[in-house]
Amino acid sequence: MGKMLDVQELNVHYGSIHAIRDISLTVNEGEIVSLIGANGAGKTTTLHTITGIKKATSGRIFLDGKDLMATEPHKIITMGMAHVPEGRHIFSQMTVAENLEMGAFWLKDKSHVNKEMEKVYAQFPRLKERYKQAAGTLSGGEQQMLAIGRAIMSKPKIMLMDEPSMGLSPLLVKEIFEIIKQLNQEGMTILLVEQNAKMALSIAHHAYVLETGKIVLQGKASDMLENDNVRKAYLGA
Amino acid sequence: MEQVVMFLKQVINGVQVGSIYALVALGYTMVYGIVKLLNFAHGDFIMVGAYISLFAMTGAGMPVWLAAVIAVAGCALLGVLTEKIAYKPLRNSPKLSVLITAIGVSLFLQNLFLILFTSSPKPYPNTVNIPAVNVGPIQISGVTLVTIVLSAVSMIALQLFVKKTKMGRAMRAVSEDAQAATLMGVNVNHTISLTFAVGSGLAAIAAVMYCTAYPMVDPYMGSMLGLKAFIAAVLGGIGIIPGAMLGGFAIGLIESLTKAYISSQLADAVVFGILILVLLIKPAGIFGKNVGEKV
Repeated sequence: MGKMLDVQELNVHYGSIHAIRDISLTVNEGEIVSLIGANGAGKTTTLHTITGIKKATSGRIFLDGKDLMATEPHKIITMGMAHVPEGRHIFSQMTVAENLEMGAFWLKDKSHVNKEMEKVYAQFPRLKERYKQAAGTLSGGEQQMLAIGRAIMSKPKIMLMDEPSMGLSPLLVKEIFEIIKQLNQEGMTILLVEQNAKMALSIAHHAYVLETGKIVLQGKASDMLENDNVRKAYLGA
Repeated sequence: MEQVVMFLKQVINGVQVGSIYALVALGYTMVYGIVKLLNFAHGDFIMVGAYISLFAMTGAGMPVWLAAVIAVAGCALLGVLTEKIAYKPLRNSPKLSVLITAIGVSLFLQNLFLILFTSSPKPYPNTVNIPAVNVGPIQISGVTLVTIVLSAVSMIALQLFVKKTKMGRAMRAVSEDAQAATLMGVNVNHTISLTFAVGSGLAAIAAVMYCTAYPMVDPYMGSMLGLKAFIAAVLGGIGIIPGAMLGGFAIGLIESLTKAYISSQLADAVVFGILILVLLIKPAGIFGKNVGEKV
């Protein structure tokens, strides 16, 4: 179990606002690591900085030992990291199939793309039924599946997921978390950002708690479920 | 019968000028689609394309097709450079700053060419020696035929490019969601450059066709043509490629029929009146719709 993602002393500013303060975190190969915290704690900013959409003020980010901050944002995916963004950000005017093809945009080998798409369709039969439909016409849950499927298409080693349960019914939330668990069991390393702390901690191996830009607690996810402070602040108990 | 022939002739005229508007409108709409910028210098790219093709033919003695190719390349380069120098530094600035910059680029190009080549119109050589075709009692000139066929081919090629190729898919992805496109590995800067190149190249094709039909070149020729094409793009729904095509043909037909049946002086007023009507009744344009986003 080597270090897959290694974030060291990261600082991020929005103008004069110090949004991320000295965050360090590690995701080991094969793990689900969860980043939990309240709205505005800096969870999404952390993910955006890791995938290069937001520039850091200082700090270092390594993926498999390679320096991500020296990498152009559009090259990050080619290093084996896929980002399932908050609010899904699927291409709503493109068809479901075109969205999946966008996931494999950086891959040159067309035969591989078709093979991978069959796999995604096998995992998400509902996407196959709607492959010709404009993605914007899908339901919220289907759009989330499409966003995950699109990320799978890029053959990542690690997937960053930002609030995959947002806006979904309890039943769908359960389904999405099942999908995440299954992905992980098949070998995918996952960094999961969630407001639904209970669900996130129940599937994660390791967790970090973020408060106003700082990591205030970290440890085994199962321990955190028992931690009184965490229970009070995030689990509503 | 004579009435019908006269009407059909006007329709053909309208389709001819409309296909030129459509090509220019495509440039407006593609650029708007991808960077949400109204490139008001786009009309002046036509003027530049006209001068390039003119000098390629009269100065270097090139055949018209080669002159057109050179004009397309020249305008594509001009479009890419304009974006890099004038628009890219303002990508995160307020829309108004970029709009004013575009007007600045337009004035700059007009005045640059005014200094270089004076305001006196230069005659454009008669280049298309294709015989007229008779369809029943209607005669269609070679220029008209070439214009309509060439613009139809350009539009089909563009549509195939945008729908079927990987670069075309990248373009659509960036125009919908640049951030998500970056996450998929799309180089947004390259894609924007490519869009400017394609849009400006289409303006050059329009320039050659326009000058063949109205054989005069002057530094201001692009502004009115550009404005009408802009109206065409708004009418069809700015940012929507089929909308620009439909809008172009519609404006061409309306203009041609107004000239024939109402008054040639009123034609421009009617076209601008359409802009006002569109903005009042359906600001999103004919093909424009608000795609609801699920959160």
